[in-house]
Amino acid sequence: MAELLRTLPLADFAPLTGRPVRLVAAAPAARFVLRARGPAAAAAAPALGTPLPAIACRAAVAGELAALWLGPDEWLLLAPAAAGAALHARLVAALGGMAHALTDIGHRQGAMLLSGPAATATLNAGCPLDFDPEAFPVGMCTRTVLARAEVVLWRTGAEAFRIEAGRSFLPYVWRFLEEAATASAAA
Amino acid sequence: MIGAFRTPSGGRIDRARPLRFSFDGRVHHGAAGDTLASALLANGVHLVGRSFKYHRRRGILGAAAEEPNALVTVTRDAARSTPNLRATQVELFQGLRADSQNRWPSLDHDASAVANLLAPLLPAGFYYKTFKFPAWAWRRLYEPAIRAAAGLGRAPAHPDPDRYAQRYAHCDVLVVGAGPAGLAAATLAAESGARVILCDEQAEMGGSLLAESAATIDGRPAQGWLAATLAALARHPRVTLLARTTAFGCFAGNMVALDERVTDHLAAPTPGLPRQRLWLVRARQVVVAAGALERPLVFPHNDRPGIMLADAARTYLMRYGVRVGRRAVVATAHDSAYDAALALHAAGVAIAAIADQRPTPGAAAERVRAAGIAVRSGCVVATTGGRQRVAWAGLMPAGGGATEPVPCDTLLICGGWTPSVHLVSQARGALRFAPETQAFVPDRPVPGQHPAGACRGVFGLAAALADGAAAGEAASRATGHGGARPWRGAVSGDTAWTGGGAPGLAPGVGAGRAFVDFQNDVTAKDVQLATREGFRAIEHVKRYTTAGMATDQGKTANLNTLGIAAAALARPMAEVGLTTFRMPYTPVPFGSLAGAARGDLLDPVRRTPLHDRAAALGAVFEDVGQWRRARFFPRSGEDMAAAVARECRAVRTGAGLFDASTLGKIEVAGPDAARFLDRFYASAVAALPTGRCRYAVLCREDGFIMDDGIIARLAADRFHVTTTTGGAARVLAMMEDYLQTEWPELEAWVTSVTEQWAVLAVQGPRARAVLAPLVDGVDLGTFVHMRMAEGRVAGAPARLMRVSFTGETGFEVNVPADFGPAVWDATLAAGQAHGLTPYGTEAMHVLRAEKGYIVVGQDTDGTVTPDDAGLGWTVGRAKADFVGRRSLARAAMAAPGRRQLVGLLTEDGMRTLEEGAQLVADPHEGPPMRVLGHVSSAYHSATLGHPIALALLTDGRARTGERLFVAMPEGAVPVRVTSPVFYDPEGARLHG
Amino acid sequence: MLLIDCPYCGPRPEIEFTYGGEAHRARPADPAALSDEEWAGYLYLRRNPKGRHAERWRHAHGCGRFFNALRDTVSDAFLATYRVNETPPPPTIGPEAAA
Repeated sequence: MAELLRTLPLADFAPLTGRPVRLVAAAPAARFVLRARGPAAAAAAPALGTPLPAIACRAAVAGELAALWLGPDEWLLLAPAAAGAALHARLVAALGGMAHALTDIGHRQGAMLLSGPAATATLNAGCPLDFDPEAFPVGMCTRTVLARAEVVLWRTGAEAFRIEAGRSFLPYVWRFLEEAATASAAA
Repeated sequence: MIGAFRTPSGGRIDRARPLRFSFDGRVHHGAAGDTLASALLANGVHLVGRSFKYHRRRGILGAAAEEPNALVTVTRDAARSTPNLRATQVELFQGLRADSQNRWPSLDHDASAVANLLAPLLPAGFYYKTFKFPAWAWRRLYEPAIRAAAGLGRAPAHPDPDRYAQRYAHCDVLVVGAGPAGLAAATLAAESGARVILCDEQAEMGGSLLAESAATIDGRPAQGWLAATLAALARHPRVTLLARTTAFGCFAGNMVALDERVTDHLAAPTPGLPRQRLWLVRARQVVVAAGALERPLVFPHNDRPGIMLADAARTYLMRYGVRVGRRAVVATAHDSAYDAALALHAAGVAIAAIADQRPTPGAAAERVRAAGIAVRSGCVVATTGGRQRVAWAGLMPAGGGATEPVPCDTLLICGGWTPSVHLVSQARGALRFAPETQAFVPDRPVPGQHPAGACRGVFGLAAALADGAAAGEAASRATGHGGARPWRGAVSGDTAWTGGGAPGLAPGVGAGRAFVDFQNDVTAKDVQLATREGFRAIEHVKRYTTAGMATDQGKTANLNTLGIAAAALARPMAEVGLTTFRMPYTPVPFGSLAGAARGDLLDPVRRTPLHDRAAALGAVFEDVGQWRRARFFPRSGEDMAAAVARECRAVRTGAGLFDASTLGKIEVAGPDAARFLDRFYASAVAALPTGRCRYAVLCREDGFIMDDGIIARLAADRFHVTTTTGGAARVLAMMEDYLQTEWPELEAWVTSVTEQWAVLAVQGPRARAVLAPLVDGVDLGTFVHMRMAEGRVAGAPARLMRVSFTGETGFEVNVPADFGPAVWDATLAAGQAHGLTPYGTEAMHVLRAEKGYIVVGQDTDGTVTPDDAGLGWTVGRAKADFVGRRSLARAAMAAPGRRQLVGLLTEDGMRTLEEGAQLVADPHEGPPMRVLGHVSSAYHSATLGHPIALALLTDGRARTGERLFVAMPEGAVPVRVTSPVFYDPEGARLHG
Repeated sequence: MLLIDCPYCGPRPEIEFTYGGEAHRARPADPAALSDEEWAGYLYLRRNPKGRHAERWRHAHGCGRFFNALRDTVSDAFLATYRVNETPPPPTIGPEAAA
């Protein structure tokens, strides 16, 4: 059977390039939600290559894998699309017999990457959080709201964010950021 | 060139950059740095508007936000036309076009000015008293006529083409107002290391310093100090300076709303730039340094063009280089007017007289007398004369006596100063009346807020600087910053005010045509009338007289209104109190409040992974909440009825393909997943074998249906649960609630997978034949109704379910969303030989109604139990407990008289009923008729050849066969009560 | 806009939260043992006090957790927030805090 065609939700949106705001669609990713308490959460470390972050709203990175704290028993695991199946297998093996819930959400949401000197101003057009480096340092991640959509924000650099949103909200989030970038570029 | 009344030098305008503008079609010239008001005055134009009610000629009263008269419309093009702008706040730019309002045919000759002659017939509340009969005429005749005669500018008829932006911001210290107090506060806060936002409503920061000439600060001239201070602030990396930005409202948690006017002052705005930007600033501490507004004096005919606030006249001179007249009379109740008189005198304006209504004016009077200006103490203006502009002021001893007309072309008035406590009051700060300044000032401080300077009654340059510095220090210390250097800023040349001012009517003058609220045309007599007619509370006086309403919110009027009302009621002002300080402080465009939320950004439009495929087939879409769903797929020449009939026929006789992706989907996993679902749903789940599906109903604790769906068991510890499209988020939140707070011991977790899966429903007698060549890893031969399995469909990993919402053999194919379109294409191709027909939500509804399948929220209304809906069979009665069980056990839930789901057939077999229509037994019964129920679903069934309907009917099942009536617009339609299952009542087709 | 101190994530803007009604109302372990009146009381009767009120909130657009809050229904001020399994702490702000 021929390889199955994958239709990406942001395929029709041209990247926004150049200063002071850059917006591009992230590559397709494998995503899992891991829900677990104490020992099971600890047992995931070898499968991930890093302990799950225990501090609220922080991400742990191990090579191309990342684990984002979303709640006290909830993590969003990100990996390159091709590495998803192996990660899943490792986690199932590591967590066997322990109470947990591991759910594939690779197609549930998509992501875009926002960067540039006006990235925080652009986000602040619809997100009420404080992006001062002291209040929202590099490595911080959280679920929050952006205008009328729920998103997960992850600050990957001083001026760089990964924005995850539900699949059907991606066009709205993209268009909102595009509009906000135009309006904040000259501010 | 830039105005005959311009001084040869001085002010902050740039005489080298003349600007052309037009007012009412006439071209004038001003200079860069002018406002429209200063440019008009420089050209000798005082008459700028007609008043709201009486159409009296009005001139420019103030120099800033307080201006009540000079409302203009500024027009860039047909769509960019902004009414009701204060000329005092409109910055001049090359080619600016402004027009006066509320006049026809022209400002000089206004036909409606007859209202002024009729003024004695038009007191406060006249429309309530005069236009009472006949009752119908108010809405159709009187009100439209009154609205047409009164009013402000016109809103443009075109959509607003401009962009508006919004921005959340955070800071340690927000300083509102960049006058002396605000600048001192911002400087200290910045030096302490705090994050600071300093905003000011004017084009230039500096407040009163912009019109200061005599004083020095820190040994430098005030304006030099201002430039250096602003430059230093601008260099701080943690300071944001926002000019042209009004703090217009204060909300809970020190959230302050600012409106920044980004391009309104530009002749050619840069494309892409927002016209205005709404800032929502979350400030840990707020320094309110909003200043104070000068108050007019109230005496008869105090509203002629040429009558102006004294300090406004000084501002026009010092900041804009404009002499507002040649010969001025000054009338005051406060020391500050003497500064204005001296300044104008020095600039060559003749000061004919100063009338101070106080018996003993302060020390300022001596300085003025030394300059050779006559001061009359205990003297008021009793009236004025002049047609296009004031020509004389009638001076009279305070309290009464002979009136002496003194010729003048300008009358400067000052009744004292009103602190701008709006933000303090909006933050729920208490105010107190300070007798020494005759003003309301902040009382106990609101936590996190620091009023400073004139807005808390601290007047004078040195005092304001020191007060602002102290506020800045306290605010930054409260945010954990401190240790700023002590405030230096020795001031010399400051003129001290001993105060004065008495809000209300000048002593001994008449109340008629003595205007209190210029914008709303309210006189002292109106306020007195209101108190005589029994309005004692100041809020009632406001509403009856309209004083303090509309765009102005009584900036110059409120204190005088209060003074007059208090005098009329013979009560102290402090006791009568103030009206609410409503936001916005000055008008904010709707565009700013809407921001980006317009067009496609008004609300997210959620499209399914299969949307583009449906669109390519010509689908007509409908909005279902935020989702956009394919409603039907018309072929050429088909209307909706024809398309839906064809789609239904295809499903009943061949096969149909439906996009069910919007269905809510929740994955429930963990060792206790089955135990959790068993407690949560009314239906029994624990014993459901792996690979099986069950239809399940969810009740609230009150026993009424909340949602329904299919529960499919993937493994011992894992379930795939579907919800209604609209209930997805609600059900997920309710699951989290029970798991976190009621049953925290359960080891089960829920994860939304609504968007993980694209869902293709393949339904119809040929559904299996369509899918058979595509399915891998599932034996369709043994895959009977209510089975589920994981396998591959068209190469995609799939969760395959044998379920039906049509009554036919049905499959729901769940594939990861990004694969949805490819699987859709493969399925359509495979189905071609079987007549596979895409169908939409409309056909889906007809098909399910033919089977009596309910839609939660349409056939239920929050008071329907599973048994009411005919779903008693789904309830796991053997279970000890589940959500809603205790309520369902109440006797009332099984008592006669409940509304139950039934079917309805019209007797004529022609007319499709209307959803929501009421059911009655006897259409001739008089009111109140007894309503037996209502129609919840109604469609034309092409399969059956007649209309069908579902209804909720009192004791419905027992009424099967009865003849009832449905109230329809054309009259009562007779119907017969039937079973809600119209098609294949045995359900044989499900198992085909 | 209120600033609400999520016990897990810290202070966050109001729009990330949903309200969950009065706190400390556990679902009866055996609802069947309750009389109709007692059950109606659990379902429908709430204290609705003027002043200090313990209530449930959920950081719905954040960590997803339900938690409890002490709030003054007169001033709208949040006096304290605490986790579901914790007892109400003394108010951290407001008139009672200093005592």
